Amino acid sequence: MTAVPLPYRVVGNRAETTDTRTVELLPVGDGALPAFRPGQFAMLYAFGVGEIPVSVAGLRDGVLTHTIRGVGAVSRALCAVRPGAHVGVRGPFGTGWDLATAAGRDLLVVAGGIGLAPLRPLVQAVVSMPHRHGRLNVLIGARTPEDLLYRDELEGWARPYCGVTVDRAGTDWRGQVGVVTTLLDQATFTPHDTTAFVCGPEVMIRATARELLHRGVPARHIRVSLERNMHCATGHCGHCQLGPLLLCRDGPVVGYDRAQPLLAVREL
Amino acid sequence: MKRVGLLAAIPEGSRERLMELGREVSFPVDARIFEEGSRADRFWLIRTGTVNLDIHVPGRRAAVVETLGEGRLLGWSWLCPPHQWHLGAEAASPVRAWEFSAAEVLALCARDHELDHALLTYVVEVIGRRLRAARTRLLDLYGPYGSGSDQ
Ligand SMILES: Cc1cc2nc3c(=O)[nH]c(=O)nc-3n(C[C@H](O)[C@H](O)[C@H](O)COP(=O)(O)OP(=O)(O)OC[C@H]3O[C@@H](n4cnc5c(N)ncnc54)[C@H](O)[C@@H]3O)c2cc1C
Ligand code: FES
Repeated sequence: MTAVPLPYRVVGNRAETTDTRTVELLPVGDGALPAFRPGQFAMLYAFGVGEIPVSVAGLRDGVLTHTIRGVGAVSRALCAVRPGAHVGVRGPFGTGWDLATAAGRDLLVVAGGIGLAPLRPLVQAVVSMPHRHGRLNVLIGARTPEDLLYRDELEGWARPYCGVTVDRAGTDWRGQVGVVTTLLDQATFTPHDTTAFVCGPEVMIRATARELLHRGVPARHIRVSLERNMHCATGHCGHCQLGPLLLCRDGPVVGYDRAQPLLAVREL
Repeated sequence: MKRVGLLAAIPEGSRERLMELGREVSFPVDARIFEEGSRADRFWLIRTGTVNLDIHVPGRRAAVVETLGEGRLLGWSWLCPPHQWHLGAEAASPVRAWEFSAAEVLALCARDHELDHALLTYVVEVIGRRLRAARTRLLDLYGPYGSGSDQ
């Protein structure tokens, strides 16, 4: 972990949707950062524009992969980087999904929108070690079929189930329409023996966690990723505070047993 | 069929009496199960497959507003006036279901108050859940920041 951004070279930049791109980075020279774990995030610095937190969306072959949705000045600048250009990277930051604690258990991965990005390296890790866990169910909610990320990869994630549902569909969509929790009926898992990993907008996280609790998944086995604006990412500035937690250090991934009382309070 | 949804919500004795009224039916993919505005005189419990609920949009193919899967109740408009479907339904995959006649079930409910209460409670829950889901989707959670964020 460094306080100063290290230069990374852009080696890939492909469109996922109209406003979201996946950017691949390799360190310049020998100065690589320590290895990232799924669920952790980096502070990405678009030179001359600014720095934002972005989760790691892929970790293969030493390539640091991020999927970024362009919503403002910095994220749009990062979406626009061309191969060969440099960006600054700090990290790894945060707690990560901690897949090791779910060994032998059924896994439920529930993603909403860009929330699928931080879950992708987790799913890839599970798929590459099929005997370490029970059944893998991946439930994905997107705004429209056009907003779906990683389309080419989804088929390989069905171990046994990978379902997609959208909020709004055109007439040529043959898949499901509705909120992501409706996919739970099609997933196969033993609730008390399941670990869930949930990432998306906070409303979706709360609705999903409520439904999982109702079905008998223990709160401490529901791991949610919470986002707050970040600045230092090193536990010093307090920007990312949620109750007693500093989410850059104690999060972004938190057990729902800890998150639930904090999310129930509107402003802390 | 595993007991999810309605079957799990009804006490055992009543469940058996209700199931005696059920008829096994199946629909091939793309079959229209009912049309918006037509008479709602029955309902279904989906055993396998998925059903799309849709709204007719003039000049276009119907727009799907929700998908229902295994164990779910298909149709509640039979329970209250004007007893007309306010959505259409189409099999999104091959569907097997139990079909119930509304008149027969309502007659049974008049004698079996436990069933009556459990069925009504369940239908209210279903409507509540679909209302919450519709409101959540109105928030456009995955849309541009600011349009749907709750922060
Ligand atoms: C731990 C963590 C991991 C993240 N991972 C990713 C990722 O993998 N991919 C990705 O695209 N984004 C991710 N984000 C969100 C990303 O950091 C923000 O989109 C970014 O900071 C926006 O900065 P900007 O300068 O582009 O836009 P700004 O001009 O700063 O903001 C544009 C608009 O977005 C809103 N906004 C900014 N940040 C957030 C946020 N975190 N949640 C909701 N609304 C916000 C602002 O209020 C404003 O309306 C993550 C955030 C955190 C905290
Ligand atoms: S971002 Fe500064 S304390 Fe977390």
